[in-house]
Amino acid sequence: MEPILNVKNLTMNFGGLKALDNVNIAVEKGQIAALIGPNGAGKTTFFNCITGIYEPSEGHVEITPPGKPTQRLNGLKTNIVAEKGLARTFQNIRLFEGMTVLENVMIGRHCRLKSGIISAMLRPSAQKDEEQKAVSDSYRILEKIGLDKYVNEMAVNLPYGAQRRLEIARALATDPFLLLLDEPAAGMNPQETKELDELIIWLRDNEDLSILLIEHDMKLVMSLSDNIHVVDYGRKIAEGTPREVKSNSDVIKAYLGDDSEDA
Amino acid sequence: MVTKKEIKQSFFIALWFIVLTFPIMVIKINTIKHTVLFRWGNILWVGIAGFGASLVWNYFLRMKEEKKKTGVKDDIPVVHRLLQNEKFRNPFLAAVGVFFLAYPFIFPMYHTSIMITALVYVMLGLGLNIVVGLAGLLDLGYVAFYAVGAYAYALLNLHYGLSFWVVLPISAMLGAICGTMLGYPVLKLKGDYLAIVTLGFGEIIRIILENWDSFSNGPRGIPNIPAPSFFGYQFEQHASVVYIYFIVIALVLLTIFFVNRLENSRIGRAWIALRDDEIACQAMGIDKVKTKLTAFALGATWAALGGVVFAAKTSYINPMSFTIWESITILCVVVIGGMGSAIGVIAGALVLILVPEYLRAMAEYRMLVFGALQVIVMVFKPEGLIKSVRKTYKFEKVKE
Repeated sequence: MEPILNVKNLTMNFGGLKALDNVNIAVEKGQIAALIGPNGAGKTTFFNCITGIYEPSEGHVEITPPGKPTQRLNGLKTNIVAEKGLARTFQNIRLFEGMTVLENVMIGRHCRLKSGIISAMLRPSAQKDEEQKAVSDSYRILEKIGLDKYVNEMAVNLPYGAQRRLEIARALATDPFLLLLDEPAAGMNPQETKELDELIIWLRDNEDLSILLIEHDMKLVMSLSDNIHVVDYGRKIAEGTPREVKSNSDVIKAYLGDDSEDA
Repeated sequence: MVTKKEIKQSFFIALWFIVLTFPIMVIKINTIKHTVLFRWGNILWVGIAGFGASLVWNYFLRMKEEKKKTGVKDDIPVVHRLLQNEKFRNPFLAAVGVFFLAYPFIFPMYHTSIMITALVYVMLGLGLNIVVGLAGLLDLGYVAFYAVGAYAYALLNLHYGLSFWVVLPISAMLGAICGTMLGYPVLKLKGDYLAIVTLGFGEIIRIILENWDSFSNGPRGIPNIPAPSFFGYQFEQHASVVYIYFIVIALVLLTIFFVNRLENSRIGRAWIALRDDEIACQAMGIDKVKTKLTAFALGATWAALGGVVFAAKTSYINPMSFTIWESITILCVVVIGGMGSAIGVIAGALVLILVPEYLRAMAEYRMLVFGALQVIVMVFKPEGLIKSVRKTYKFEKVKE
């Protein structure tokens, strides 16, 4: 079967700097894959390339949504990528601060709704129904993520861990088939991390989602992932199950440095 | 209470004010008699006023800090609380309605005329609120669309004899088209850069109107613009003002009605998302181009409608009515009233337009007062007079 995300020979140049160099990554359906690497390795650049925030210099980004033909994503606008079913969260929280928690999730529903200016002003019954459905759908997502008690709070007033979860809720609202999480556990305490771990597994099992995450918390990565990709200096240096990656000499070298060169 | 440090600080501030205002408050030059008069007594007054003002200022700042510390988070403005309360909502709205309905019959024509101006600014403010308050696009050339509406009525009437009621929808469309035309080239700009470009756009429109003589009659303007008719019947002057008053009331109600609906719709939420975080907003599947252009177009639509009413009311327009100061006044209405808050903008427009009209004696100091008001509002109430409150939803717990 085709992988649902297939990235081939992805290269991203910023002037003379090669942020990504010939990276190949494939994510299978129903998988939790992790992308790890030291700081500045190009992980977030990789996310930005596939979600259309950057246009990759070379290579192919292809998706095969369940039940649909393979499509190329290169050069598509960010909002079109989201519409195609790739939803992401951000490393530094990017919530809409002037809106309530519910409205933040409803923004995620935006691309699945249709009403335009005229119908917003005249509010025919079709639009009313759609709006009502958006509200209840969004609320259901908040219930799943466990944020329903905050529903009418301003997003900015939420505790840190809840803000991270709200980002995931908002991404879920776009009806994705692949969820891209950029350091979802950053800044969380052990309890919150444990809950996040459970949430991600729950999402894969119950929401029919595949997940690709960037994470520095190795305990989380090792316990969650089916498959781990390691990048360093923009190049992919290893891939495999947690057990394989842990014992890979290149990975250890990238994280801990090389003794032989210093000697 | 008042600390030593504050007294010391206030003392120096007073001293600084004395130095600063020395040339205008103390020295008086009489150019005819060639004498210089030193009014030393004024030093004392400036000093006392500066000292007192500084103490009061510090006191209010401290009150604000303390209020923040005690953690009163839900400071929902009184007006919103009144409107949310079922018991007060209807009587409150009824009282406001009766007041505005009776207004032209109670007060003389002069006051009605001023109220029309204020209400036009309510429309303009609500329109600009879409662009600046909701979508977060700082537009300093908003008056250009006001001019488009006014000139559309004046010229279409002059050349083709089209009536007010025919021009109203046409000008709304023209406004939307011009809004899109301005919006398209500035899609990639934000913040200060956007402000500068829109400022330029506003001036371009005014300069075109001033110099393209054969088209707009240049600085001489266009006279004899007819007042709106009532199914072909033309009122005499006094009744006509009352008639325009009710047209404006209807338009304002229509604006409030639509803007309120837009604010809590799919498109309104997209505007706010765009304002809060452009990248996250796109990553959630919102088309940035479309969202920005609709904000510009809709904002411009109401400016154009306001322009038509303005032309009909004054019966004479020239480019001098559409200077950058108009844009700034409308922006002040939005910022001081409360960005993104429709009720705030209405209050802002009424305060900022009516107060200076009734304080004609102080007309020279209008900009000074505006400036001072801006500073005070920004320091003590950065969200505006009546800040925006997002809609809340009620849910029943679903038992499983």
